[in-house]
Amino acid sequence: MGDRLDLTFSALADPTRRAILARLASGDASVNELAEPFAMSQPAISKHLKVLERAGLIARDRDAQRRPSRLVAKPLAEASAWLHHYRQFWEFSFRNLDDLLEDMTMAKKKIKRPTRKPTGKPTSRKL
Amino acid sequence: MRYVDSFKVSTPSAREIQVTRDFHAPRQTVFDAFTKPELVRRWLLGPPGWTMPVCEIDLRVGGAYRYVWRKDGAKDMGMGGIFRQIESPEKIVATEKFDESWYPGDALDTTVFAEDGDITSVTITVLYISQEARDTARRSGMEAGMAAGYDRLEELLAALPVGGLR
Repeated sequence: MGDRLDLTFSALADPTRRAILARLASGDASVNELAEPFAMSQPAISKHLKVLERAGLIARDRDAQRRPSRLVAKPLAEASAWLHHYRQFWEFSFRNLDDLLEDMTMAKKKIKRPTRKPTGKPTSRKL
Repeated sequence: MRYVDSFKVSTPSAREIQVTRDFHAPRQTVFDAFTKPELVRRWLLGPPGWTMPVCEIDLRVGGAYRYVWRKDGAKDMGMGGIFRQIESPEKIVATEKFDESWYPGDALDTTVFAEDGDITSVTITVLYISQEARDTARRSGMEAGMAAGYDRLEELLAALPVGGLR
């Protein structure tokens, strides 16, 4: 899962690739169709498609002529699930920390206001 | 006062995850809560049901830390690393690796504590250093530091100011 997550994050880090994914979300498309909105050559788009394919985010049919690409969701789902668990771990941990910090701060305040104990000694005062 | 809404998770780059949260406590107190094992095991637990049977922290440069989390019915989860930089009470930099590692290599954790009046803001940035990043650094030889190898890269990364990572 580790390598896949790595590939997924890097694939998603590029704005052109994210735009390609957004386009494919509304339907399959050929390389020509995908290259159209960008001021980019077909080989340049193909490079992006290879990255997305390696990350398992898109699948390309073996049709020699058109090789249309389509969206594949699984790695995105894995990345999303991981991020969700990560968020949850910290969210809960920090709430625990709120409690602990409150205890620590109250404890410190108690130390600053020590309870008076009778010592049996007369206090001397300068007049 | 609890600043629950201050909690944020973001991905500043393809290799980083950043978590921020504010706390109503002095910076030194928060720093202690993050670095004393008897305190860490009381909060770094995630959702209910988990305990920390192992929580060891040797707080010095080159020192190691080790955490193990346990929950009934689940497999123990272990993690640890080495401290690279310690500036009390402002900053801690340490490597991170889970026993059942889902990513290749270590990650580099930078925790920064910033004080503003009664509030301490904590920012944790996890930088995932992949094999790919290492190989690229070696091959490109773009900067003298990077060409010197992975260990050097880690040193440079440890020295980066957190502002640069935002």
